[in-house]
Amino acid sequence: MPNSTLVGLHHEEQNRPELLHHFADPEQQRDASSLGMWVFLATEVMFFGGLFCAYLIYRHWYFGDFAAASKSINMALGATNTAVLICSSLTVVLAVWAAQTARRTLLLISLAATMLLGATFLGIKGIEYRDKFVEHHLPGASFSFDHEEIPGHPGQYASPAHAQIFFSLYFVMTGLHALHMIIGLGIFLWLLLMAWKGRFTSEYNTPIEIGGLYWHFVDIVWIYLFPLLYLIDRHK
Amino acid sequence: MTGHSQSSPLPGYFAVFIALLVGTGLTVFAATLDLGPFNAPVALVIATVKATLVALFFMHVYHASEKLTKLVVLGALFFLLLLLGLTMTDYATRLWS
Repeated sequence: MPNSTLVGLHHEEQNRPELLHHFADPEQQRDASSLGMWVFLATEVMFFGGLFCAYLIYRHWYFGDFAAASKSINMALGATNTAVLICSSLTVVLAVWAAQTARRTLLLISLAATMLLGATFLGIKGIEYRDKFVEHHLPGASFSFDHEEIPGHPGQYASPAHAQIFFSLYFVMTGLHALHMIIGLGIFLWLLLMAWKGRFTSEYNTPIEIGGLYWHFVDIVWIYLFPLLYLIDRHK
Repeated sequence: MTGHSQSSPLPGYFAVFIALLVGTGLTVFAATLDLGPFNAPVALVIATVKATLVALFFMHVYHASEKLTKLVVLGALFFLLLLLGLTMTDYATRLWS
């Protein structure tokens, strides 16, 4: 740091080592970080949006085949995972609140619980993927989806080629979501370590809040993936 | 940011949490009913209500002190709807002639 800046340090700044010198106050610094994260999330919306768009086009074209393929996925596992993610979103807001109100134990417990729930989600996802592998529903050379009836149309069978498009979208969308979960676990591990070292105070807890925004966004993506992939024409 | 308001945000967080779980149950239940052409719209409406609750209260958009944050959120939604809306009006009307 140049000397001129050191001379310019006044009492308040010395008490706030985390306040960077180009921000007027902690509030402005926090808002800038939060805004930056929201801009990143906007790009993520468009990133996932392209896949949702591809999904909508093919679902519109091959609705019956999509319904038959969707029916082969374990709905109970998907619903359980939705609940697991909602619980993890609650532990994230608790972590943010604990950091803002300087409750160290609650902060550590909430961060650890979030990671545990995230790992549970990935474990359940792994069981689901295993089922799909065993049933030969993984797109590729050994893909097979023969004699699967279209729901509501007895005697009519789904086209394996069209069902394969559904499973391609299923694996790409849930896989990309799972990748985000894995990255989220990494972020929360870092937050947990920093919280353990006592880096966060009621004045400075922006990383917890920013990490929380990311986690909630990943939860929102799943809120849409669940009904779109798991619940097509279940009533038939 | 929630700011440092006097009342605790915890009751609100738990209310949103319960609403999200009820919404999940409702989505699964609605999927077992035959609603004719309305199964998909109902599922999407429930999902959108859940996503809005998460964004407004868990992600603190409702209490955001920075108006730019709200602008970015609305901008992202606008361009997403542009992407989905314009594409689907094309694909959904290709067989008309």
